[in-house]
Amino acid sequence: MFERRLFAYIDWMLVTAIGVLSVIGLVMIFSATYDPTTAQVGGQFYRQLGALLIGLVALGVCLAIDYRVLAEQSLLIYGGLMALLAYTLFFGLEQGGAQRWIGLGPFSLQPSEFARIVIAIVLASFFAQGRRGPRRFNDWLFGAAFVVLPFALIVREPDLGTAITLLPVCFAIMVFAGLRLRVLAVVALLALLVAPVVWAYGMEDYQKTRIASFLDPEQDPRGAGYQQIQARITVGSGGLTGRGFLQGTQSQYNFLPVAHNDFIFSVLAEEQGFLGVLFTLGLYLFVILRSLDAARVAKDRTGTYLVVGIMAGFAFQVIYNVTMSAGLAPVKGLTLPLLSYGGSSMIATLMGFGLILNVRMRRFTN
Amino acid sequence: MRIPFRNTRSIGHLLAAFQVSITLVFAVLLVSFWHFQIGQHARFLEMAENNHQRSLALRAPRGVVFDRDGRVLVENRHSLNISLVREQVDDFGQTVTLLAAVAGVDEQAVHDVVERHHGDPVYRPIVIVQDASLAQVAAVAARKLELPGVVVEQIPTRYYPTDRLAAHSFGYVGEVTDTQLSSARFSELSSGDIVGQSGVEYTYNGLLMGVDGTRHVVVNSVGREVETLGEVPPAEGGALQLTIDYDLQRAAEEAFRLADFEGAAVILDPNSGDVLSLVSLPAYDPNAFATGIDRETWVGLNTNELKPLQNRALQGRYAPGSTFKIAMAVAALEEGVIEPDFKVACRGGGTFYGRFFRCHTTHGTVALDEALEKSCNTYFYTLGEKLDVEQIHKWSTALGLGSLSGIDLPHEVQGLIPSRAWKQEVVGERWYPGETISVAIGQGQVSVTPISLAVMMATIANGGNRVVPRLLKAYDNGSGWQPVLPGATATLVRLSPVTLNAVRRGLWLAVNREGTGRRGRLVGHDVMGKTGTAQVISLVGREAASESDQDLRDHGWFVFAAPRDNPQIAGVVFAEHSEHGYLAAPIARHVMDTFFAKRDGRPLPTLPIPSRVPDVSPLAPVVMLPATAIGGGE
Repeated sequence: MFERRLFAYIDWMLVTAIGVLSVIGLVMIFSATYDPTTAQVGGQFYRQLGALLIGLVALGVCLAIDYRVLAEQSLLIYGGLMALLAYTLFFGLEQGGAQRWIGLGPFSLQPSEFARIVIAIVLASFFAQGRRGPRRFNDWLFGAAFVVLPFALIVREPDLGTAITLLPVCFAIMVFAGLRLRVLAVVALLALLVAPVVWAYGMEDYQKTRIASFLDPEQDPRGAGYQQIQARITVGSGGLTGRGFLQGTQSQYNFLPVAHNDFIFSVLAEEQGFLGVLFTLGLYLFVILRSLDAARVAKDRTGTYLVVGIMAGFAFQVIYNVTMSAGLAPVKGLTLPLLSYGGSSMIATLMGFGLILNVRMRRFTN
Repeated sequence: MRIPFRNTRSIGHLLAAFQVSITLVFAVLLVSFWHFQIGQHARFLEMAENNHQRSLALRAPRGVVFDRDGRVLVENRHSLNISLVREQVDDFGQTVTLLAAVAGVDEQAVHDVVERHHGDPVYRPIVIVQDASLAQVAAVAARKLELPGVVVEQIPTRYYPTDRLAAHSFGYVGEVTDTQLSSARFSELSSGDIVGQSGVEYTYNGLLMGVDGTRHVVVNSVGREVETLGEVPPAEGGALQLTIDYDLQRAAEEAFRLADFEGAAVILDPNSGDVLSLVSLPAYDPNAFATGIDRETWVGLNTNELKPLQNRALQGRYAPGSTFKIAMAVAALEEGVIEPDFKVACRGGGTFYGRFFRCHTTHGTVALDEALEKSCNTYFYTLGEKLDVEQIHKWSTALGLGSLSGIDLPHEVQGLIPSRAWKQEVVGERWYPGETISVAIGQGQVSVTPISLAVMMATIANGGNRVVPRLLKAYDNGSGWQPVLPGATATLVRLSPVTLNAVRRGLWLAVNREGTGRRGRLVGHDVMGKTGTAQVISLVGREAASESDQDLRDHGWFVFAAPRDNPQIAGVVFAEHSEHGYLAAPIARHVMDTFFAKRDGRPLPTLPIPSRVPDVSPLAPVVMLPATAIGGGE
């Protein structure tokens, strides 16, 4: 399966950039979980290190198997995901009011993190197989149906944030598959019309408070708006060069909630300053643009769609999380891929990059 | 079979658009971070510092106050406050409910207190129970786990071990008010600071206030202290030594209590102006203010008809009555309108400006000394006829009447000695000579404060040195005791020896022969004195008001100095509603007795303080029936 000559086509620059970002993530998790009173780093650091190693293995596996083989088995993979999500809903571990994890001894797996890749594979495969020429309405409906099922299961966990990341994957692939932007605009308009109904009936109270507090964070500084204000203070106090490793008072004294997770980028901004932000965002931009190049050179539509789908999800998450880190977006449980603490997220993200490298590497194979 | 990849151009365009959009979004993100991290860096850095660094005030104890013998009059004790740190409270409503129940305080009151400190930083403790009892502290400590954010603080608190004694001299302390904070005097302070609000606590607040210390700490997001960065210990305020003599103060107040009078007394060292004791009754308990006076007590003190907060010695204005005859005698002699042997025939009064003015009895022909001794109105009416009101004004003002004494206590008021200019300005009429006749016996518009009469007596006693009464003898603001030199501000009143001898002789006779001040007599100490009655209401008005509840009985005065040659003590006793000045004299006598006993090393005289006042005062050396004392003066 893995021909030796293919090794030469691995995009080592992309791999390096991903590696550097992962290491930045580890360093920041070290800082965010470090306890100055005991001079010990939190267990999260070691777990993340472990997840990174497992993720690299998973990346290798995703790289080794021809993506076209995966595309052919996409329905099987999709079925597997649905089974895991359903299992999670019924037998998953509950934590903080949400049932998102499957217990595996000392570890826990978050199947929803893998939904993005699976959706990308299944949609890439589905739209690549279709006949040429203008698509029929049914095609879009089918495509959407693939997303709606896992979306619904993930929302039920509840984990709206992760569920929403499926949408950019779906939209991006559909647009590349020929969905006209005009149709997308109609969907967006419909969504806008449905929004008040969702607000009234479909949202939990904590979600409403989050959005309300985003619109006016000063209104309730100790409540939901607190995180937003603290995020801004954290970022702003960093200045040009930052306050130094382990020197960020906002993260070290726990003023920033879930610093090692959702707000890891704020920790970076505080301790490494604008220069650190510039460097890291530059790396992310490089990773995204470089990955999209793989879509351009891809051998077939499956490859293009796969890369576009995975990158759309990745870019959406990066942009949303970074915006949130600066207190400019409502606080959502959205991690920053590669940087945030989270084993499933790390493994799923690296698997995604495995697929992208896969597409690029096999651009000349038949 | 795989469908060959086509349509490359359109895919290429889409990809390019995708890449450009993402690059633009990243550019916007970078600009945002630039804005926060570079543009507003200073502001956010400050907010971050404020987040985790706190300065907690350590209250400095105020300076100790001693009496002239070194006895502690005002000190500090540790009181326990039960406070609430809002930042550490989880469920505010529940915590307040439980705290109110456990500490036994009103729940609404707790809410009110918290509301008042709404603007304070959330980490600053808000005092809920001032000076908590041990039972309250124990109850709160027992439910500590259910009461997060409730802390017990140990605070130095003002303590007046002498209870109500000399309350008006000490004054009281309280939280600085918002109005005070905006004044220059307290501009350095901040909300919640304790300052003197009255008495020497107010006058010497700057000396007495220590410098609060601070503890600079690092806290985490739930307000738990993580680290102490540094501590500046509080510096205790400077100590004061007052001129007050505790024994004399107690003697004066006990004598008042025995006689069952309210009133005032000012006892001076006539040579230095030292205030040996200063009494104003009824008094308040300054301890009630030290821990933040409760509303009920405060309203009670303010609405009490007897006005316990008022310092009568400085703030009470009363008609001087016959004590004014001293100033009249000085004026007449100094202006040369009479000689000491000038005689007037008293036939129970006299006609002046077409109107008959009464004397309280028929004295026959009297000279000045006897007129002072027996307080003959007719004699002084005659002086009033001979003197112009401006001359009376000049000399009584020179002796300190109708002006501020300048004592180092706040809120002193001025009496009133009428003059032509005053009447023209205030009443808008010219002065009628007939009015001078009433003024001559200290009635009419004349009013004085007790302390101004004490100054007059000191001036007569020391031969013309109008001293400024003072309470501060020395202070120690950390570099040893610094004496406060007396007399620097005294005014010299040129009084001829003839005047002094004549007046002193009259005053001596009033106490030591057949005068009205015989109850002030102290064998061997040549007491000089003069009684007086301050009319509360005119005879006509009295009839009209007889139905009302108001106490309309006259006030009694006794001014004194002793011994006649080389006087060492002078002063005034003002007995409210005592009806007769001679009833004020025993109080002065007991004070002087105590003074001389202490000077000579004898045991201090004691008073049998009865639970109920007997009909006849055991103090009275001469049993005297009040029958001779009817009319305008004594």
